[in-house]
This record gives sequence, structure tokens and C-alpha cells, in this order.
Amino acid sequence: MSDPTAATSEAVAEVGGGAALGKPRGLLGDAWRELRVRPLFWISVTIIAIVVLIALFPGLFTHADPNLGILSRSRKPPSGEAWFGYDTQGYDVYARAIYGTRASLLVGLLATVGVVILGSVFGILAGFYGGWLDAVLSRISDIFVGIPFVLGAIVILTSLNTAGNTSGVRIVTLVVLSIAALSWPVAMRIMRSAAITAKQQDYVKAARALGASPRRIIVQHMLPNCLAPVLVYSTIALGAFIGAEATLSYLGVGLRNPVVSWGVMINDAKDYIRVAPHALLFPSAFLTVTVLAFVMLGDAVREALDPKLR
Amino acid sequence: MALLEVEDLHVEFRTRDGVARVLNGVSYHVDAGETLAVLGESGSGKSVTAQAVMGILDTPPAFVTHGEVRFKDEDLLKMSDEKRRETRASGIAMVFQDALSALNPVFTVGFQIEEQLRVRRGMSKADARKRAIELLDQVKIPNAAQRVREYPHQFSGGMRQRAMIAMSLALDPEVLIADEPTTALDVTVQAQIMDLLAELQRERKMAMILITHDLGVVAEVADRIAVMYAGRIVEQADAVTLFRTPGHPYTAALMDSMPRLDQKGTELNTIKGLPPNLLKIPSGCPFHPRCPRRQDICSVDVPRQHNLGLGHVSACHFAEEVVGG
Amino acid sequence: MGRYVLRRLFQMIPVFIGTTFLIYALVWAVPGDPFAGKCGERPCPDQYVSAMRAQFNMDDPLVVQYGKYLLNLLQGDFGKTFSGTEVIDRISVTFPVTVRLAIVALIIEAIIGISAGIVSGLRNRGFLDSLVLVSTLFLISLPVFVTGSVIQLVFGIQLGWISPTVKGTGFADLIVPGFVLASLSMAYVARLTRASIGESRRADYVRTANAKGLPVSRVVGVHMLRNSLIPVITFLGTDLGAFMGGAIVTEGIFNVPGIGGLIYKSIQTKEGVMVTGLVTLLVLVYLLMTLLVDLLYAVLDPRIRYE
Repeated sequence: MSDPTAATSEAVAEVGGGAALGKPRGLLGDAWRELRVRPLFWISVTIIAIVVLIALFPGLFTHADPNLGILSRSRKPPSGEAWFGYDTQGYDVYARAIYGTRASLLVGLLATVGVVILGSVFGILAGFYGGWLDAVLSRISDIFVGIPFVLGAIVILTSLNTAGNTSGVRIVTLVVLSIAALSWPVAMRIMRSAAITAKQQDYVKAARALGASPRRIIVQHMLPNCLAPVLVYSTIALGAFIGAEATLSYLGVGLRNPVVSWGVMINDAKDYIRVAPHALLFPSAFLTVTVLAFVMLGDAVREALDPKLR
Repeated sequence: MALLEVEDLHVEFRTRDGVARVLNGVSYHVDAGETLAVLGESGSGKSVTAQAVMGILDTPPAFVTHGEVRFKDEDLLKMSDEKRRETRASGIAMVFQDALSALNPVFTVGFQIEEQLRVRRGMSKADARKRAIELLDQVKIPNAAQRVREYPHQFSGGMRQRAMIAMSLALDPEVLIADEPTTALDVTVQAQIMDLLAELQRERKMAMILITHDLGVVAEVADRIAVMYAGRIVEQADAVTLFRTPGHPYTAALMDSMPRLDQKGTELNTIKGLPPNLLKIPSGCPFHPRCPRRQDICSVDVPRQHNLGLGHVSACHFAEEVVGG
Repeated sequence: MGRYVLRRLFQMIPVFIGTTFLIYALVWAVPGDPFAGKCGERPCPDQYVSAMRAQFNMDDPLVVQYGKYLLNLLQGDFGKTFSGTEVIDRISVTFPVTVRLAIVALIIEAIIGISAGIVSGLRNRGFLDSLVLVSTLFLISLPVFVTGSVIQLVFGIQLGWISPTVKGTGFADLIVPGFVLASLSMAYVARLTRASIGESRRADYVRTANAKGLPVSRVVGVHMLRNSLIPVITFLGTDLGAFMGGAIVTEGIFNVPGIGGLIYKSIQTKEGVMVTGLVTLLVLVYLLMTLLVDLLYAVLDPRIRYE
């Protein structure tokens, strides 16, 4: 216990991903039996299924046009006709929240994929090879960890997201990239400590003794065992990134028109919080419930995977 | 009246997979100045009995469902929590198996000894420190005045177990329970620790309950031996009798499985089968699936305790035949 | 110990340079005219532009620019903004406010988070435990700007119990924003404490302490807490740095005149010197806090020795 950085990243792994896992098959079976009886697991799965459905087929949930702004109905409170009322532009808040789901979810999902790929590749290489490669990759990750997230994202987005260029794809890509660029070190640390643990396991030592190539050891033996903590982290991170997108959009540097997302709606509504709080509260509720579902799912899976908590 | 008597103690563990009956009517006693060895495989319930006596079972999952633990004729299980706490360490103290995890890693050894003296005896800091050094001296830790200020991880395994023993003696207990005190140690150190415990027991005229699975250790220091299997005492006798004429097939099998120098080259005898699953203890005599003398009755009736004379008791239907060879 | 600190400080240099260079490059090397809009409606006069380009070494290659900036920084010179304001002057006004806010948040986080964690950790799977678990899940899921906006709306505007924006920058004025800033980490602290207590509850040394006949209050308050709080305290340490960098949103909602607002405005107005200066400062705080936390670890856990 003399390397404090290892201790810290173990703590991260503990918080974010649970302990490294011994035998995948038996453990996964156990985890599934554990999960099946948890109400929180089913609640979160149901919410996520609904949210995904909304993102895929928003038309099923509303007939109103999310981009129809009629100023005469500006800031009208919720009614039978528009469940969540109208915002300051006269947009139907419910319809926009439904249509905003797709962008919010997409950003979260893409950012998570980016973080998991970047973090896993660097993490497993650093953990497996150790030595100078580990030192270099760890220092690089330190560099990115040192930048406060919101601050870094604002700088990246204002610098690269120059006004006038308003293609939706470009905006989404930039937001995804900035979230991923600032968050991959967490995934890397979790993967790295899982890989270091796996490397000490007898079956990996045996594979090495038998002369398996490093590539084969990493892909066949280590990856399946190291992936679980990273996947648990990624579930929670997916929720967190949806929140991050909203935060950036709230600050006016993330997504913006013509893209509709919950964060964009909240940003539009924040200056009128005194007169039309409903325009802020409803998208916030969508956002919170979705993030909550992912965090709950990650939490349930982590507890199910961690034999210590049983 | 014995100093400490355990009678018909039942403990169960309520787990999610079911109720494990860990103790099924354990009875033993120990007198002042006497060493009782409790012998058994892991899972036989010897440590659980000790923890139930100390009142430090983890509840849940463990629950005492029946029985008495009488210390000086008073049932500890019926005492108020507060009064029972008072008997811990001063009446009955315990030495744990793994001193490294049993000692708190973030406090010095001295602090952990002194703490009882200060909290329980109201001693001043300086007096407690003096006494702690004396105690460390008594357990033959060299340079005690210096080492009292060190942390557990700075001690070697043997020294750490000595410190643990010193800590258990701080309030001058009348009964000392030593739960596998040498299992975690190197073989060379084991004998030293056992000698120390035996010597302290003689000097202080304490009663000692020595929990172990090591027959060699038992032979050296025990006055009487109780053999446990599946949460029951299957045989009790004084040490000489038990070694000479075991009255239970399990005890006999244990003796047989000991490596002996005079039988070098022959294959070691082992007990066939696995220790019982406590969630599904076999019917009748719990040892019957592994027993070489098994008859039909063994899987049906729980054997009663057969008195073989002079305190030699065996829970086997055929105890008399077993003694007879 | 001393050698360890030196080694760590030495290791920090590349990280510090890497982080600040990254930000510097992002701020200064992006395409676009940094002087757009600086002189009102008209484009800036050539004379002004060339003077500015000289002052900020903008005709040098990026690495040289950065090197010159770093050299000035080492001499305590944070530079001047385009309009001639000393960056250090603005920092010295706003930085203490954010430090106070972060400290208030840290205190709130520690008190509420640790007590909730202890209560829930000691009563494993009881009503209070479930309550803490569910409410921490909620706090983790609520983005700070939602928490802040809702608190401002409900308590500030509708009920009128608090002022919707801060009136001053004293510790007492910062309690509400501090609470909002702390809300997320508070939940993490509660969960960390809970897990840590749950672990030490089963530890052998707690059983030993019970066998010694110590009162329950002492077993919990001395033997369990002293061990359980080690990871919590180190988490709190790193959080102080994170709070300062994450205060932008909270400061914005409650109108706290700290560095968050200053950074935000400077980014919007492309005041590169101000942005790089502030980020450098925050990175420095973060790095020093992580070092401090590691040292704290060694103080709290005698098993850890740094060579």
C-alpha cells in the first residue's frame, strides 16, 4: 500500500464499478438471480424502455407539432389541451419534451460509447503492460482529469462551436466529443485497476505461461473479466452524460436550435422562471426521471455483481 | 458448580438460502485452573459456541434460540446488555485467531490495551500506559516500553498474537477463550504461543477454553477435550482417555488421520466424504454418511449421550463397542 | 515523507503543463478573429490590432507563445486583458468569494452526507436506510441547475423565505448556493460513508472491541468511525478542488460574484488571458488538493507510508 494513485483509482472502481470479478459465468448467473427479485431494477428497466420508445417513435406519444410556435399562446399554464402548457415562444412544452428525448438520449449514448471505448482501450493496455506505457497513459489521463468538467466543456465548445455554423449533426458531434474527451479518464482508471487485478489471477498467469500472445490474453482472458465494472460505470455514466448535455445546453454552449433537447428547453425557459415555471419544470422532470432510471439500474447491477454486498 | 457452563445451546443462522442450524444442543463446562480443548473441523460450530458465550455473535444472521450460558451460576443470556458487557474481558476474555484483522489497524497496540483499563477501570492515562507495558512484558514482548507505541502492522505475526493475548488479559479474566490462537502463525511460532498460553493459564489459575482443529496442540495442553461435529458435542473425556480409547467413530477417525512417524511410508487415513451442509444436516446421527460403523438405526435416531465412566461421554449408538475397539 | 512530497511535486509538473497548454491552445489557437467586436461596430484599427498582437505574442508559434506566458506566470504576472485590466486584480476580488462558497459547500456536504451515511450504514436495510438510499439516488440524478432553479423558485420566489440571489459574499449569504453546489457530492458522501460503515461493521476489530466489553457508543464512535471515515475524508478533500471548478452553474443561478461567473463571461467575450489565468489557477488548486489528500491519507491510516 505505498502507491496512492493505485489506491485512489481502486476507490473509483469501488464507487463506480464494484470489485473485479472472478468467474464470469457463475457470477453473471448469480447476478441475474439477484436482479430478478429487485423492484428497483424492474422500475428502472421499465422507465428506460419507455424513454427509448419515446426517442424512437415520438409521434406515438403526441400529435402536436413541437416546432409550431404561436405567440398568442405564449407562457400559457398547463391545461387539458396542452398538458404541460406552452413556453415563451408558444411551443407546446409536452410535445417538445417528447421530441427532445431523442437528442438527449443520443448525446448520452454516443458520449458513453466514446468514453467506454477510449477508457477501456487505454485502461487495459496500461494495466496489462504496466511500465512506461502505464506511466504515460496515466499522466495523460491526469491531464484531462485536472480540467474541471463544466469549465473544460465550455472552453472546448465556445472555441470550436463558432456561431453561424448551425448544422444539427455538427453541434451534436461537438457536444458528444467534448463530454467524451473530458470523461474517459474515469473509465480508464476503472479498467486499469480491473486489468491489474485480472493480471494477477492464476488463469491469466497460466495463459502467459502457456505462451499465449498478449493480444490473445487481453481479448480472450482479461477483457471478459474486466468489462463488468466498466459496464456498471457506463450505465451510471449514461445517466450522468444526459445530465451533462442538459447542463451545457442550459449554459448556452451545448445543443441549440434547431436541435430540440431537454437542456435546450430548460435554457429557453430559465429567464422566464418567475412567470412560466412550468416550461422549466416539465423538461427538468423528464430529465431527472431518465437520469434516475439509469443511475438506479447501474446501482442495482453493481450491487448484484458485488458478492460483498449480499 | 463449574465456573462456566454451557447447556443445550442452540444457534441458527437465518440466511437467504434458508436456516442453518449451526449449534444443536451444545453442552460443556470448564472449571478454574482447567484447560478444556474444543476440537472439530471448520464449520463444526466451535467458534460460534465461543462467540455465543462472549455474546458477540453477528445478529442477524445468528440467533440463539435455546440454551443457557452460566458464568458463576448466572445465565449470561438472561442478563441485561449492560451487565453482560461488564462480564466481557473481566469475567470472560477472548483471544482471536487472526490478530492482524482482530486488532484495529489505526490505533497503537498500547492504545488498544489501555482503552479497556481507562474505560472499564477508570485508570489514568499514565497508569494505563504503565500497566500496558507490564502486560506486554508478561507476554514476553521484548522492548515493551518502545513497542507499546507501535501499530499492529509493525509487529510480526507472533508478536502480534502476543499483543492480542496481553490485551485479553488486561482486565484479569477468570476464563480465557482462545479461538485457534496459533492457526494463522508459522509452525515455529505456534509452539511458543501455546507454551505462553499454558504458562499464563497456570500462573493466573484461569480457566481456558482452547478452540482448535489441531490434535497435536490438544495433546500437549488440554486437561479435557470436547469433540464437536455438526453443531453437537459428540464426545467428551479427559485428554488421556480420549487419546487412548476414543468412544466415537469420528474421534477415532480423527486420530487415525494424524500422520504418525512410526507408520512412515503407509498411506495416510482420511475421513471419507465432506463435512455436512448445515442447511441440510443428515437425519439421525449427523456423522452417519461418513461413518464406517453405520447401521440402519444411525440414519433414523439421534444418538443419546452414552456415559462411559469418569466423565467420558460419547454420542454414538455403539459407543461401548467403539471403546472396546 | 519529504522525498515523497518532492517526487509528487515533480510528477505534477508535466500534468500542470499539459493541462494548461491544452486550455491555452483551445483558447488561442482556434480559427476566428479574436478582435471581432472588440472595437464596437467597426473593425479594429490596424494599429490597435498589431499592438495587441505584439503584446500577446500572437505572431509567435503557439508553443513559444505558451512558453512566454508560462514564464510570466512563474514571476506572478497573470497578464492584462485586451482592455488593459490586470487579470490578477479581478482574480483577487472573485477568487476569495468562490473559496468561501466551496468551503461552505464542503461543510454542508460533510455534515449532512456523513450523518446520513452513518445513520443508514448502522441500520442496514431498515426504513431510514432505504430513505437515505432513495434520496441519494434522487440527488445524484438531479442536475445542479435543476436543484438550484427549483430551490430558487420555491423558496426564493414563491415562499419568499430566502433571497433569490445572494445579497453579499459572507459565509452566511452563501449557505443556500453552498447547499446547491454540495447537493450532488453530498449524496456520494452519504453512500460512501454508508458502504464504509457497513464494511467496518463486519470487521474483526469491531468484534474484538465488543469482546473487550466497551460501550456501544465507544465501539461505534471510536473503533468504527475512525476507520470508516478514512475514504470519506479523502473524498471530501478532492471535492474542495472540484467545487471551485464546478461552481459556474451555481454562481450563475444565485448571482454569486465568484470566478465561475468571471470565467463564463471571459469565455463569451473571448478574453483569452483571463480564461487561461483562471483555469491555470483552478488546475493548480486541484493538483495541490490531490497531493494534500494523499498526505492526509498517510496521516489517517498508519499502514500507509510514503517512501
